[in-house]
This record gives sequence, C-alpha cells and structure tokens, in this order.
Amino acid sequence: MATAANKSTAPAQHDVDLLIEEYGYDDHFHEHHEGDKYQSNFFTTYIFSQDHKMIARQFLITGMFWAVIGGLMSLVFRLQLGFPEESLAWLKPVLGKWITINADTGLGTLAPEFYYALVTMHGTIIVFFVLTAGLSGTFSNLLIPLQVGARDMASPFLNMLSYWFFFMAGLVMFFSLFLSTGPFAGGWTAYPPLSALPQASSGSAGGMTLWLISLTFFVVSVLLGGVNYITTVLNLRTKGMNMWRLPLTIWAFFVTAVLGLLSFPVLVSGFFLLIFDRTLGTSFFLNEIFVGGQALDHVGGSPILYQHLFWFLGHPEVYIIILPAMGIVSEVLSVHSRKPIFGYKAMVFSILAIGFLSFIVWAHHMFMSGVNPFISNFFVVFTLIIAVPSAVKVFNWITTIYGGNIRFTSAALFGVGFVSMFISGGLTGIFLGNSAIDIQMHDTYFVVAHFHIVMGVAAFFGMFAGVYHWFPKMFGRFMNETMGKVHFWGTMIGAYAIFWPMHYLGMAGVPRRYYRFDNFDTFSHFSAMNQFITVAAILVFAMQIIFIVNFFRSIWFGKKMTSRNPYGANTLEWTTPIDVPHGNWPGKIPAVQRWAYDYGKGGEENVSQIVPLAEGEHDQGH
Amino acid sequence: MNTVATTNETVFTGRNKIHPHKFALYVACASIVMLFTAFTSAYIVRQASGNWLEFRLPDLFFVNTGVILLSSLTLQTSYWSFKRDKKEAYRGLLTLSFLLGLTFLVLQYKAWQSMAEIGVMLDGNPSGSFIYLISGVHAAHVLGGIAALFVALTHAFILPVKATPRRTLRFELVLIYWHFVGFLWLYLLGFFVVSAG
Repeated sequence: MATAANKSTAPAQHDVDLLIEEYGYDDHFHEHHEGDKYQSNFFTTYIFSQDHKMIARQFLITGMFWAVIGGLMSLVFRLQLGFPEESLAWLKPVLGKWITINADTGLGTLAPEFYYALVTMHGTIIVFFVLTAGLSGTFSNLLIPLQVGARDMASPFLNMLSYWFFFMAGLVMFFSLFLSTGPFAGGWTAYPPLSALPQASSGSAGGMTLWLISLTFFVVSVLLGGVNYITTVLNLRTKGMNMWRLPLTIWAFFVTAVLGLLSFPVLVSGFFLLIFDRTLGTSFFLNEIFVGGQALDHVGGSPILYQHLFWFLGHPEVYIIILPAMGIVSEVLSVHSRKPIFGYKAMVFSILAIGFLSFIVWAHHMFMSGVNPFISNFFVVFTLIIAVPSAVKVFNWITTIYGGNIRFTSAALFGVGFVSMFISGGLTGIFLGNSAIDIQMHDTYFVVAHFHIVMGVAAFFGMFAGVYHWFPKMFGRFMNETMGKVHFWGTMIGAYAIFWPMHYLGMAGVPRRYYRFDNFDTFSHFSAMNQFITVAAILVFAMQIIFIVNFFRSIWFGKKMTSRNPYGANTLEWTTPIDVPHGNWPGKIPAVQRWAYDYGKGGEENVSQIVPLAEGEHDQGH
Repeated sequence: MNTVATTNETVFTGRNKIHPHKFALYVACASIVMLFTAFTSAYIVRQASGNWLEFRLPDLFFVNTGVILLSSLTLQTSYWSFKRDKKEAYRGLLTLSFLLGLTFLVLQYKAWQSMAEIGVMLDGNPSGSFIYLISGVHAAHVLGGIAALFVALTHAFILPVKATPRRTLRFELVLIYWHFVGFLWLYLLGFFVVSAG
C-alpha cells in the first residue's frame, strides 16, 4: 500500500501509463484486433465508421450543417418580422418562387405560406437535428466509452446505423425543402388537422409526408443510439467504475437516453395514427371537418388525442435537449474552477428527479386546448415542482465556481453563460407553468422567449462549452481562445438582446407565428422593437460564423495538444494517448479508484480517477 | 473480457454477467412496450369520449393466442434440445415454431377479414380502426421475429449443431424476442377483452 499512498500524493503526468499498467484491466483486446480491420481504408475510417469517436464527429458536423440551415431560416423570417415593408427581392436567387416581385414597384415579398414553412422547419431542425442529434448524439458517443472506460459502444454496428438513420432523416427533410408545394408548414408540433389532411395547406401534402418519413428515420436513430448508450453505461464500465463514480456527464447522457427510449415510441404511435388518417381514411384525429365548404367523411376523431401523444414525447424531449448540456456544464465548470462539483449526489438525484417529472407534466402545453381545468391543476403542481431539482442544480453550479480558481476559458465562459440562460429562462417557466397565467401568455412571444432562452440558447451554450472543452480530444488540437471569447461575448449579449424584448411583446399579447404585425394598430408601436430583435439576430448569426471558422480552421491549424491531460482533469478520457487509437487505450483499460471530482484534495490540484486511494482516504463518490 | 469477433462487428462483452447484446434487447423491448402502451392509452382516451361502436372480437384472435403460445413452447423446447445437442428435436421444433409463427400471421389476416365481414372497417368507427392498427403493428413485430427465426433456421440446417457460446447467445436473443411478442399479444388481447367490458 505504500506505493499506492506515494502515488496518490504525487500523481505526475508520466505516471498515467504506469498506473494503467499496474492496476488496469487486461481484456486482451489488441490480440483480437491485429491490423485493425475497422479502420483499414477511407470508407471504414471516415464514412461507415464503427468507431464511437468518429461517429461523434459525424454527428457534430452534421448537426452544425443543420444549425446553419435552421439559423438562416430564422434570419429570413426575422427580416420579414422586423422589416415587413422592405424589399426581399435580393433573396429571389435563393428562395425562387417564394419571393414574389411586384411588377410596378419592384418590391419583393415573402410568400406567407413559405413564412409558415420557415418557422416550422426552423423548429423541427433545431429541436431534433441540432439539439437532439447534434448535442446528445455527439457527446454521448464521444464521452460514454471514454469516460466509463470501455473500448467502444456495446454495439458499434448499431451505433453506425444510428448515425446513418439520422443522415437519411436529414436527407429526406432537406429534399422536402425543394418541393414545389414547399416543406410542411403547420408548425413543428404538426397538429392535426393541418398535418392530417393533405389538402389542408400547401405544405400538408408532399411536405408533410416527407416530414413524417424523415422523423420516423430520426426516431429509429435515437432509439438505436439510446439502446447503445444505456447498455454501455450499465454493462461496460471498467473495473472500479461503480455508478457513484460516474462523471455527471455520463449520468446526464444515461438519463437522457432512458427518456428518449421511453418517450419517442409514444411519438411514433402518434405518427402511426396520423399516417393512417392521412392515407387509409381512418378518423383517429379528425372530426366533422369542412375543407373549402366540402364536408369530409371523417367522423368521431379527436385532435386533442394527437396533442397528448405528441407532448408525451414533447416534454421529455426538452429534457433530452437540456440534460446533456447540464452534464457537460457540470464537468466543465468543475474542471475549470479547479474545485469538486458541489453536491455530487444531489446533482445525480436532481437529474433523476427531472427525468421522472418530465413524464408527468406534458399537458402544461395544452392548458388552452380544452383540457379539464381540474386536470390542469395536477399538471401545474408537477410542473412547478420541477423548479426544485432545477434550482438544486443551479445552486450547485454556482457553489461549485464560488471561491474556485476559475480559468476563464471559452468552455468555462459558455458554462457560466449556460447557468445564466438557464436561470433567466427557467424563471419565466414558473409563469407559464401556471394555467391561469397561461390564459394570457399562451401562444405569445412570451412563450417564444421562454423556450428559446431555456432550451434553445442554454442548450447551445452547453454544446459550445462541450465543443471548446473536448475539441482537443476530438481533433488533437485546441480551438483559438480569442475567437472563442469574442464568440462567447457576442452570443451572450446578442442572445439576450434577441429574446429579452420578446417578453415584453408577449406580455402585450403579441401572438407568435404571425406573418406581420404592422397592420394591427395594437402592435404597431412595437415595430422598432421588432427591428432591434432582427438586427440582434443577424449579429448573433455573424458570431456563429466566427465559431464555424474557428472550428474548421483549428482542425488543421489549431495549436497542437502536447500533453495528454491539458486541463488537469480527472476523468478517464484524459488518460488516453493524444492520438486516441481504436479501442481507446493502447494496452490495458485503466481501473477506476475514486470518484471523478478530486480537485484541490490534500494539497494536490487534481487527482485522476485512476490514482488509488491512499490509506485511510475516503472516496467522496462512493 | 472476451471479445468475440462476429461477421459484422466486434462485440465487447466486458466484465459483466449479462451479455450486452442481451441487455440491449431488453432495453429495446422496453421501448416497444412504450409504443403499445401509447396505443392502448390512446384507445382508452378515445373510448372515453363516446361515439364508440361496440362489436364482438373475432374468435380467431383467441385461437391465435393458442398458436403463438404454442410456438413459444416449441421454441423453448427447441432451445433446450439445442443445449443438449439433440439435433433432431432442435431442428424439428425450430421448424415447427417457424411454421406456427407464419400460421399466426395468416390467422391474424383471416381475423381482420372476419371483422370486415361483420362491417367493422378500417376507415369506420375508431373502435375498429384501433383494433386493426394495434394488431397490425403487433403483427409487424411478429414478422420481425419470424425473420429472426428464419435466420436461426438456416443456421440450424447449414451449420453443424454445436452449442458454442456465440450460437447459444444468438439463439437466446431470438428466443427472448419471440417470447416477448407472445406476451405482448397476451397483453393486447387481454386489453381488448377488458376494455370492451
């Protein structure tokens, strides 16, 4: 034990190999992988890769592609909202027939039906393709095997399929943007009857069909990924890695995967009913409908039923988006403030509590849909209870950085920014969770501001924190810190500039999803505010160009990683070689001896998870 | 740890007692359960709002329950025979299970026909639409099981009969899934019977 005690007091970098060799776990992995047939040519390395690290990068870059598309769409409809009188003729080369040019004045206007399509696609793309696949897909893939100490996912093959189903979902959705009738335009929630009747609006025919096909592929991707994440976390942890020694990132990804696995099938059931209504003439969601003065055959369906099925996914979905960001931020804040995470177990239990509660609050999206007010009470109570675990987490993040030796790297800044956004957006959630206040607020810009801050901007911030922090792990180089800081401050100030004013619009009753407001006397005095929001949105988008340039430039020209643990972090991913091989560790798998947050313990700045406990030393995790 | 190289991928079995693939299958089953829970919940919600046509479930549904339970039994016995290297029983019972699976699908189709004969159409009252939809999606899951049984069948007749760990695992995966779709049908039929009052 004397050597172990020695090591725990002097865990120098070069000791890592010795520690792995001495205590690690020999699985004879490399005897079975002579020549590494999985990465033998261009296709198996970069395209149909089964390596979790490559799949993570595929998810990230595909997610970034979609973020640009979704972001550009928002700029187009923001231009329409901020400057409804200005000519959009210059967009004609891109948007084609969706811009109509007045022959006399030369004024180009955006087609109203395409405005709806843009809003719908913006929501669908950002919620599913960017913040679900791009966030949880990227970081679950990258970090689960690396941080639990596994060679790869439980099934690398299914993992590869998961990416390619996501890719196909994207392909189908991308194709739908070019239909002559346009993509689906009935809102990202796809409520019937607009989604159930092909003749309901221009996007309801081909656009909706492709939307359904795309999202079905997407659900398959989520399920294949989720099965893998859960199995890997529960079955493939290395020696000594019990559940109470898991980094909070892994806890978050794990609960996220469980939520996805239990809620996405419910959405699929809704899709099945919708597809039957659309194509086979059933009446699950349709009831006594007239289209163009013509009565349809449908009788006895309930459109509210779709809303129940949709929001039973829809609400867990917002936690599927935010939990991975929370996990990433917990890890990043702890590492960069050189302090253990405050209240590790409280953090785990609050993740579990949020996960559980997310399943019994869905009807708070439906207070104004004719749900019985007495039933609403139930949902109000549980919605407000979510504030408790959320507040526990916020408290713990703040106490983690309080008194810490904070390194204000781009990753840490985005971590702090996340906490700020989560507080601002969370507080307005308390307003909206009350069914009485919701009578006034529902479907206004107050709702738009709330969810954009709390699950849009906050989740993006978590994602940025993760990208800046783990970029060296993904590409062996660092991103540029100056550009990162400009990106952070621009985005932080800009995002508040976009969404803060929207609260006022919402309180004044300005409804969301409207094409223009200048012809309503009630709202006409908001035109300057709408212009301000639009300008801020353009600036924030410009900031993201800085990020994208920084990202791709750094892949090839960034500062090289010279030590394997540049941040002095404790988790296992920093015990791998700088150029991480297939199978993650060249020899044995490291054994875990302690929890992931021994920072500033016993005079040491940090003590890696692979360093054995000294005699009489207590493991804080368990 | 044993890493087992299969044809398509590498399996990392880890240090755990349960094989990760088997565990992954359980997780996938939980996901399928959620799909059908959602269907039956939608059924209850829709039924509660009235305008609900009541009709007698086709008798074939009950006959078919026997068929799928019997196939579970034959497959389980085939598995035991496989483990004890009883080649004939293994192959014979596996074939029988496969045929019973196909029979189940054919009889479900007949049951839908008999529903249509008494005027319960797919695009009629939602009470009938739900039965078609739910039993149809269940049949699709059975079809997946039959595909797996077909693969097992080709293995049984092409490969030498030997209970290696890898083949035992594969058989167990098919077996678990097949029992699962059987129990799923029991649940669904029970649900139909109870909810019809």
